[in-house]
Amino acid sequence: MSITYLEAIRLAQQRALAEDPRVFIYGQDIGAFGGAFKATKNLAKEFPGRVLDAPISEDAIVGLAIGAAVEGMRPIVEMQFADFSTCGLNQIVNQAATLYYRTGTPCPLVVRLPSGGTPGGGPFHSQSMESLYAHYPGLVVMTPATVEDVYTMLLEAVALDDPVIFCEHKFLYYHLKAEKLPEEALPFGKARITRPGRDATVVAYSAMVHEALAAAEELSQDGYDIEVVDLRTVKPIDTDTILASVARTGRLLVVSEDWPWGGVAAEVIARVAAEGFGLLDAPPQRLNARETPVPYHPALWGTHRPTASSVANSLRQLLEL
Amino acid sequence: MTKGSSPVQTISSQALGNGRNGTGRVTKEIARRAFRTMLEARILEEKLAALYRSGKIVGGVFLGRGQEALSVALGVHLRRGDIYAPLIRDQAGRLAFGDTILDTLRTYLGSSLGSMRGRDGNIHRGRPSEGYHAMISHLGAMVSTVCGGLVAKRFRGETGAVGATCIGDGGTSTGSFHEGMNMAAVEKLPMVVVVANNQFSYSTPNDRQFACGDLLTRAAGYGITGRRAIGNDLIDCLEVIGEAVAAARAGEGPQLVVADLLRLVGHSEQDDASYIPAALKESPLGRDCLDIAEDQLLENEWVTDTELSSWRAAVKAEVEETVGKVLREPAPDPAEEDWNAFSVVGRNLSGEDEE
Repeated sequence: MSITYLEAIRLAQQRALAEDPRVFIYGQDIGAFGGAFKATKNLAKEFPGRVLDAPISEDAIVGLAIGAAVEGMRPIVEMQFADFSTCGLNQIVNQAATLYYRTGTPCPLVVRLPSGGTPGGGPFHSQSMESLYAHYPGLVVMTPATVEDVYTMLLEAVALDDPVIFCEHKFLYYHLKAEKLPEEALPFGKARITRPGRDATVVAYSAMVHEALAAAEELSQDGYDIEVVDLRTVKPIDTDTILASVARTGRLLVVSEDWPWGGVAAEVIARVAAEGFGLLDAPPQRLNARETPVPYHPALWGTHRPTASSVANSLRQLLEL
Repeated sequence: MTKGSSPVQTISSQALGNGRNGTGRVTKEIARRAFRTMLEARILEEKLAALYRSGKIVGGVFLGRGQEALSVALGVHLRRGDIYAPLIRDQAGRLAFGDTILDTLRTYLGSSLGSMRGRDGNIHRGRPSEGYHAMISHLGAMVSTVCGGLVAKRFRGETGAVGATCIGDGGTSTGSFHEGMNMAAVEKLPMVVVVANNQFSYSTPNDRQFACGDLLTRAAGYGITGRRAIGNDLIDCLEVIGEAVAAARAGEGPQLVVADLLRLVGHSEQDDASYIPAALKESPLGRDCLDIAEDQLLENEWVTDTELSSWRAAVKAEVEETVGKVLREPAPDPAEEDWNAFSVVGRNLSGEDEE
């Protein structure tokens, strides 16, 4: 049997519901219907009263989760698409994120964001929101890239006392498969060296890890040995693993599907420039999505986002610097 | 003023007079406690204004002068285990729910010993883990938060608890308010939402805020019970809100209470409220709820003049003494501040270096 990234999300929620009576799931169309992507398929039946359909009210959905978290529950909110979370932005960044600092009361909730682009998704069903949420103090932002990580990290998110923005990538939902789910995981907040190398470091996360791996494979044909670091969690960020990798390779490319301004890629480069300038043999580079809304047509979309081919091109330029 | 008749599911307290179902009947004990708390709020807020004028309080000071009757009427009907998310003009309700003069002053004066420890100020205070939510400035946001607390209690099988929050006429225009009200109705939560229509949202009059004529008609739109109270009449507020809380507690679903009144101060202590017409101030709406309540208690012989004098003196003494104490308390120390917004992340709890 093989388990998809999407099924791993469903199984993690099933396990969280089974193991912790404080867990409930709240979101649009997630009850009997099982969710727009079926990430909660059959869960409402298996756990009566704990997988609840919500009205189309992202603000109040998050507000309800906050109030329940304060009372000791462990809510999981499913946003139908990450893009719609801007309608709940106020509750996420001004209430959930500030609550512990202001009042000393923890706010353990998880907001699942079906994130990133897919062919035909268009401007309002394709966004990557991790940089936006990472900007605000008090929010953990997870960006799992593998079936195994999406499973263990979602369980980790539910167990955490702090609010977690869980960016699960829609492009990976059906593409990625694993034979079995792990019982053990890397420690919280730890990046992974997915592919070791010595000529350059690519830091990526979520779907971009796979584009980076494909690019690294392509460059290996030319004799280059590219290291790929998967951030896994973008906040907190594992600067130590990034710096250690740059210390080995001397060259850095950061790849993100998000827009460049004030993004995770900019943050990684700022940290490496400030803390590891002497480790660099060339100016650090970044490759982001193009600075327009995410276009609808697959031909435009495929050029808007970084791909294995554009990552490979950026790497070739970096290696010549 | 909005006194239009509403089409469905509304109960006009004026029309029904004393002939209501009796669940909100005012007892001597409740009236005395409510009035004593109104006095505390009024005297404390007068001191807050003075402290602000003398530069001891930084940031805003937002007073509930003129709104104490409505505010306290909600606070006194709540009990331990209930959830309460007050808004900016709810000093009286807060004190009735269990907040203290001491913590109010600590928060306004930025004492490191207060519940907010200098991290947030003035009316943004609370103890969420004790059911006393700390409002954020974004109006309407607390409606759904209270829904969440009640949903949690329902999951745990706890019955009999009520959730309550307050909002002004301006706040009812937010999407957040609408989403929260609709959610409370869909979930049939034991919730009471009190709208203090003080006619002006900061400076904006009702006719630039909503076009429905009477905010009570909103109740029908949400499919919940609406009730009207006379906002500066303590006995009426106690009766109407008492009934609303009892109905919510009895499982009758969300209750919307709308009350007209007038704020007898500016939006903040920086605002002279020159936009409120003199005629409105001189109308029945502009009567001070504290004066009305005092008359009501004396008429019912629930207090004596002597008692009132001694209450006033005792509250003044407590406020003055507490101010003296809090002014000597330490301010937060930036060098000692915990500059980490997370509760567990980055705290090295597991021995792992997390960031």
